[in-house]
Amino acid sequence: MIVARTGNEAMAEAMRQINPDVVAAYPITPATEVVQLFSKFVHDGLVDTEFVPVESEHSACSACCGASAAGVRVMTSTSSQGLALMHEILFIAAGLRLPIAICLVNRSLSSPINIHCDHSDTLASRDAGWLQIYTENVQEAYDTTIQLVKIAEQALLPGIVSTDAFIISHGMERVELLDDKEVPKFLGERKVEYSLLDVDNPITIGGLDLQDYFYEHKRSEIDAMDHVLPIIEKVQKEFGDKFGRYYSTVDEYKMDDAEVAIMAMGSTGGTAKVAVERMREKGKKVGLVRCRVYRPFPEKAMLKALTKVKVLGIMDRSDTLSTLGGHLYNDARSILYESDARPLIKNYIYGLGGRDISIEEIETIYEELFDIQKSGKVDKNIVYFGVRGE
Amino acid sequence: MAKLKELAAQEERFTGGHRGCAGCGASIIARQVLMAAEQPIVVGCATGCLEVFSTIYPYSAWNVPYIHNAFENVAATMAGVEAAYKALKKKGKIKKDLRFIAFGGDGGTYDIGIQALSGMIERRHRVLYVCYNNEAYMNTGIQRSSATPRGAHTTTSPAGKVIPGKMQLRKNLTEIIIAHEPAYAAQTTFGYWNDLVTKVRKALDADGPSFINIYAPCRLGWAYAPEKTVKVSKMSVETCIWPCYEYQDGKYRITVKPKEKKPITEFLKMQGRFSHLFKWKDDVPIKEFQAEVDTIWERLLKRSETE
Repeated sequence: MIVARTGNEAMAEAMRQINPDVVAAYPITPATEVVQLFSKFVHDGLVDTEFVPVESEHSACSACCGASAAGVRVMTSTSSQGLALMHEILFIAAGLRLPIAICLVNRSLSSPINIHCDHSDTLASRDAGWLQIYTENVQEAYDTTIQLVKIAEQALLPGIVSTDAFIISHGMERVELLDDKEVPKFLGERKVEYSLLDVDNPITIGGLDLQDYFYEHKRSEIDAMDHVLPIIEKVQKEFGDKFGRYYSTVDEYKMDDAEVAIMAMGSTGGTAKVAVERMREKGKKVGLVRCRVYRPFPEKAMLKALTKVKVLGIMDRSDTLSTLGGHLYNDARSILYESDARPLIKNYIYGLGGRDISIEEIETIYEELFDIQKSGKVDKNIVYFGVRGE
Repeated sequence: MAKLKELAAQEERFTGGHRGCAGCGASIIARQVLMAAEQPIVVGCATGCLEVFSTIYPYSAWNVPYIHNAFENVAATMAGVEAAYKALKKKGKIKKDLRFIAFGGDGGTYDIGIQALSGMIERRHRVLYVCYNNEAYMNTGIQRSSATPRGAHTTTSPAGKVIPGKMQLRKNLTEIIIAHEPAYAAQTTFGYWNDLVTKVRKALDADGPSFINIYAPCRLGWAYAPEKTVKVSKMSVETCIWPCYEYQDGKYRITVKPKEKKPITEFLKMQGRFSHLFKWKDDVPIKEFQAEVDTIWERLLKRSETE
């Protein structure tokens, strides 16, 4: 079925079709609609879900942990400060191997307070042990929400699927929805080895783990993250084979003959694709590498994509506040260290707090990358693009 | 009414061999609460003494399903467990009737966990929340909480040369919970084991959220000899420092009425945490504490049904 939906509507629609056993959520701009729409589904009897309208995001994540440990399918939705309030419990969910799925809208973290897009919220939770998938448009957000539930449950790891605040969350686009019956069929039922509700086989979850065992348990969690990429690839392929829409961990666009390229995440991928088209109309061979799956980091696929060009502009909608630039920039530099082919790299921090990024601006970045190609050197490694006073 | 012989014949659901202190009140509470429960139960525990000493990997004292999440969120965690149970029950995927019990100390309940607890009760999750109240953060080494009484020495309200222990009165959490109109709320202590067992059964039978605030003498934090634990527990009731009462269907009932209300000094002098008060230049801290106890007791007498 082809419909017009915003990112939030599409995510809520995916949640309706997934029909989770438990949703515990707290509203926050700009993800409020996901929770609102889902509440309506509950009250109209369109889902069987036990909806827990908690008093905070901290409790949302905590209740999700309890429900997931009881062996059922669990989802929630949040953004920015809400994710930050969950922060403590994110690590516990991952450590206890509870496959909770979050429909998230990327919004900048305070301070200053702001409700618009950047990626500082999810990137601040980067090391919590959650899968992170950043989507480019409404269709991808919808499809990935469904995929994520399956990936998380197979990997026994929690995950976040995100859209860019307002740009995608409130932007209306053409979306192809799956048939209501297809989604539960694709996902199957959640199967668990242990459940907190199995009173005949009592288990203790979350015991105190001291010097003699903690490290082995943490190592096994790291190991799970080390082995999740094949699961993601398998689920992406299954989804593609079944529904005709294929996704990859790294989205390469016109990279095969590109001389310079941009690396980015989220909706900027869509904007950059138009810029690529325009540049190519002018005969300039440019490409785009969009990081779709950010955690785990798809090192091999990313390395293959990044080393196709001589010059790389890495666009980060976040900063690490460390003098070292943005998150993607640091990840890219890290994986390129061992590589024989090392493109020249420039880091463009941009769009913080929802500052718009236009097609024309991305074209100027491409032009600059060609200048770097010509001169063979990068004058300044990290620039703050589109900010006054630079 | 529960019979000791019957209780003693039950299979232990909270077993010995854990690492609680000798004379630990919290462990007696866990054992009595689980003994009282007549249905299959699932337990959640907030970070704190009970969690630490009962589940050091690879051991567990719990012969029932148990989850520990964090310090401030046992109420929310158990709300999630109960929601999952309801979801499965609705779909006919679980047949048994289960009950859910959350344990938290006064730190995890009065202070850092009060928001999650308030939310759990307001949303009417059918969970029994048990606060084992030892009146300070014992797990981290005896720091003050909002349950710490006036005058008590803790490591963050020390008996100093200028300030004699904690300056403020205790928060009346049981009344805060009663203001939520739970299905059942009560105060008790393990020295009156039958009162405790009866209340746990009433709470688990009540169709909705329930709360029991259980006074949990702590031999280390309160500074008395381990073998005195039950005596200290009983004295708290005899001095009306810890009245045993319940609230259900809009009605208060005092369940243990001391024959003769003893002065609080009888309770205070048993414990090192109050010893400085007897050497202090005036009796203001003791007087203020006694006044608080009297006010709350008089109010309870007025509110409760005559027996």
